[in-house]
Amino acid sequence: MRELAAIGVLALAAALLPAFVSSGFVLNLAIMVLYSTLLGQAWNLLAGFGGQFSFGHALFFGTGAYASAALQVHLGVNAWLALPIAIACGAAAGALVGAVSFRYGLRGSYFALVTLAFAEVFRILANSVEFTGGGVGLLLPLKESAADMQFPGKAGFLYLILALTLAGFLGSWWLKHSRFGAWLAAVRDSEESAAALGVDVFRVKLAAIALSAALMSAAGVFYVQYFHYIDPHIAYGPAVSVEALLGPIVGGLGTVFGPLLGAAVLQLLGEITRNLAGDAPGVSLVVYGVALIGMVMFLPRGIAGLIARRSL
Amino acid sequence: MLDFPILFASLLNGLTQGAVYALVALGLTLIYGVLHIINFAHGALLMVALYGVFFLNARLGIDPYVALPVMVPAMFVLGYCLQRLVVGRAGHGKDENILLVTLGLAIVLENAALAAFKSDTRTIETAYTFSTVNLAGAMIAVPKVIAFFGALAVAALLLALISRTDLGRAIRAVAKERQGARIVGIDVEHVFAVSFGIGLACLGAAACFLLPAYYVNPQVGNGFVLIAFTIVVLGGMGSFAGALAGGFIVGVIESLGGLWLGESLGQIGIFLAFIAILLFRPQGLFGAGRRA
Amino acid sequence: MTRQNRRQFLRQSAALSAGAALGFPAISRAQSGPVKIGVLHPVTGFLAYSGNLCRLGAQIAIDEINSGGGIKSLGGARLQAILGDAQSKPEVGVSEVEKMNEQGVSAIVGAYASAICLATSQAAAKYSIPNVVDVGVADQIVERGLKNTFRFGPGYRTVAEAAINDLHILNTLAGKPASTVMIVHEESLFGTGTANLLASQLPGLGYRIVEVVKHANPTRDFSNIVLRMKALNPDILIPANYYNEYALLLRTMKQQNVAPKAIYSVLGGAASSFKFVKEFPDVANGVIDCNHWYNPKDKRALALRKKVEGMKDQFFTYEVFLNYQSVYLLADAIERAKSSRREAIIEALAHSTWDKHFMPYGPTKFVNGQNTGARPLVMQVLKGDISVVLPKEYRQADPVFPWKA
Repeated sequence: MRELAAIGVLALAAALLPAFVSSGFVLNLAIMVLYSTLLGQAWNLLAGFGGQFSFGHALFFGTGAYASAALQVHLGVNAWLALPIAIACGAAAGALVGAVSFRYGLRGSYFALVTLAFAEVFRILANSVEFTGGGVGLLLPLKESAADMQFPGKAGFLYLILALTLAGFLGSWWLKHSRFGAWLAAVRDSEESAAALGVDVFRVKLAAIALSAALMSAAGVFYVQYFHYIDPHIAYGPAVSVEALLGPIVGGLGTVFGPLLGAAVLQLLGEITRNLAGDAPGVSLVVYGVALIGMVMFLPRGIAGLIARRSL
Repeated sequence: MLDFPILFASLLNGLTQGAVYALVALGLTLIYGVLHIINFAHGALLMVALYGVFFLNARLGIDPYVALPVMVPAMFVLGYCLQRLVVGRAGHGKDENILLVTLGLAIVLENAALAAFKSDTRTIETAYTFSTVNLAGAMIAVPKVIAFFGALAVAALLLALISRTDLGRAIRAVAKERQGARIVGIDVEHVFAVSFGIGLACLGAAACFLLPAYYVNPQVGNGFVLIAFTIVVLGGMGSFAGALAGGFIVGVIESLGGLWLGESLGQIGIFLAFIAILLFRPQGLFGAGRRA
Repeated sequence: MTRQNRRQFLRQSAALSAGAALGFPAISRAQSGPVKIGVLHPVTGFLAYSGNLCRLGAQIAIDEINSGGGIKSLGGARLQAILGDAQSKPEVGVSEVEKMNEQGVSAIVGAYASAICLATSQAAAKYSIPNVVDVGVADQIVERGLKNTFRFGPGYRTVAEAAINDLHILNTLAGKPASTVMIVHEESLFGTGTANLLASQLPGLGYRIVEVVKHANPTRDFSNIVLRMKALNPDILIPANYYNEYALLLRTMKQQNVAPKAIYSVLGGAASSFKFVKEFPDVANGVIDCNHWYNPKDKRALALRKKVEGMKDQFFTYEVFLNYQSVYLLADAIERAKSSRREAIIEALAHSTWDKHFMPYGPTKFVNGQNTGARPLVMQVLKGDISVVLPKEYRQADPVFPWKA
């Protein structure tokens, strides 16, 4: 219950931000932190709560992004209408990958690698197919209106991403406190035991991956609306898959706030290293990488783990 | 397009290219087989080795093949230290942490190289860079042919190491049953570090065979990571023979796929094969438990 | 220079962050003091090589302008470079634009890659920051009606059309020895876009396209593509790729002894690269390229080339001189605007007729943000150097076409 209150407070704080801050830089930072949080929440649903690590979550991100962009560019569909369709496409992709992988009993590293392979397959296909624009990608026509999900100011985008991450928070909270969540946790801890207890392991995992994919594809839709351009590399490349898993691991796997903590810390770390390390190319990223390793070395259970330990 | 000379040459191209991939995968499969970690820094470490070979040639005039006895031990030492001091320590034995450590390591290495050596692509010049060998009508580049035999040699050496030496026995024990190995007195941390070291030593060899026909820049490793993973899974995680065979198979799939579907779409063959193996025979061609 | 900038920046950013967080408007749009120019490029990540060269070109220009007395109409105000790294990702580029906005830049030059430029020009438009696109050849960049975006150089449609035109001229002059074409292009925006244009227009001029090969970035091996080339035996090979792939392709061709009648590149990654010519003189010899280039008869260009080649391990590439000129274009606009205000600079750029450059563009004229005079030149590697062969008014050497009979 306290968690719900905390979520509420954070949401309120974020919602009030544009009223107190007019700096585009700070608002953009907040938006990027929330966007990164959303990526992490989606990944965390499957990996943290469900125990299935995915290295190819970009698959769902890209599917959502391309679905939305293609509908808008080729068929003139309104962005708001395209959103649920894109999410459905993403969830379908999740169900497909899940059905195939789990049916064949893939777990652990094997599952992680198969998701990576699927993402690559889609990336290669996206490069060669008409409706994704092939290598040229898709560019959304500029329409600065809320009716087209292209808000004139940053506040609109902030509220949009906030709404999506709120869904992510509530989804994570629900997983922590619901019966389905308990089944999922049982599957995570030991599939055999869960099966012995009567849990339909396959169905549970399938639902988890579909949920995770749905959230991830929503992030993809947001990306396209905010940055207007998508190509196979951005959509299905490793960068998004990596970003999705960094936050939750740093912040705390399988926790409600882990993705947010991780996203915030990593964004902050990125800003700090860029400011301190100067302009020589690469130096700031070296510091970033070292800090990342350091964080893992000294905070093996992530930041949420640190907080949890402290509060004991 | 499907007439025999083209097909034959393409096959040979695939085999020789696959040999290079195998060299990269041999190290990765050992690291996975023993430490059970998916080493995301493998590409970046290959890049480090390539720079080593490059500078030995550019500054000291050492031929890349002559550099083998320098690069292999040097990379071994680097690997041993990295595992002992960084990966092992930071990992705390948890999969997700080790993942993050290798990711962080990849970021550090790539950008350190960028800061130190700049982003320029470097190539070396050797007498045989443009020479080819005529194999029944197909013109195959000399460095590729040498790489082919190099891969065979390295794989053979590794197989001998793992099956005939005490160290090899210890490695196999640790790979199979970590706790048990500890109980019988094997220094598991040491074996981990040695395995990581050997994995990197393979990269040192791979770099020596790769650079003459290729190039190096800070991002060059990224192009080999996915392919290396594919081969490791295809051949069977922990199997050297598997990595070798897997390398050849992937090389040929890539080659023939490119011929039929075009270079860009042709890459799909590799990953479809990857998925197929994972679904239908996840232990790979040579199985997870069997290494000989 | 960098260290001083950094210290100043740290001091300023501390104050700015505090102020910005509280939402103080436009703190640093001071009329006196230096004129801040955002220099935004991907200096890390997979585009690092080009990004760093871009930054170099911009910095040289800024240094020269400052040592030449700065912006005279603003009392000798110096240009101050605010360097940004887009890390080869559009979203990071956008973050950098936000930061540069906070720091009160009067304009931004960048961001090299089309995908990044699309995002950064839009982000800059939200604050009416003039954005001079240095390279970014995608035509969509200047087709969105953004008032702040100006591109000095040509887009890939202009380049492709000029390339087709000039190829036809060369072929016709030589008695039309070539009729079949093979296109090898990289799979992303510029390669695919260029290849599409070529494939749609060449047949109309009587050329038969035997194959269009699309390859990934990076491509580890070109043996099979070269094998296809051997089998198809096209008269002309048209490559459109980035440096590494271009170099590897040509090296592999040399290895396999595959030599079409001519290699005619369009925005060829290494074709008009002094680095490539220096490292692989035999391979590069005879290669033709339709690409960004400077007026070879202009002394200023030659002086800059000498300066850059005098620097350790630097080459005079299009990234360098396009950025160099973009900064000068901007400086000229600031001079005429007599102001460092963003809107004034946009006005000045929109009406720019600047002709004190060494590009073969004639006087500048922006229509919808595109400099209408922008055009590529056609160069050929001859005798270990790169010489302009077309159009005639810039010719340094007679073209050798076909290269082999």
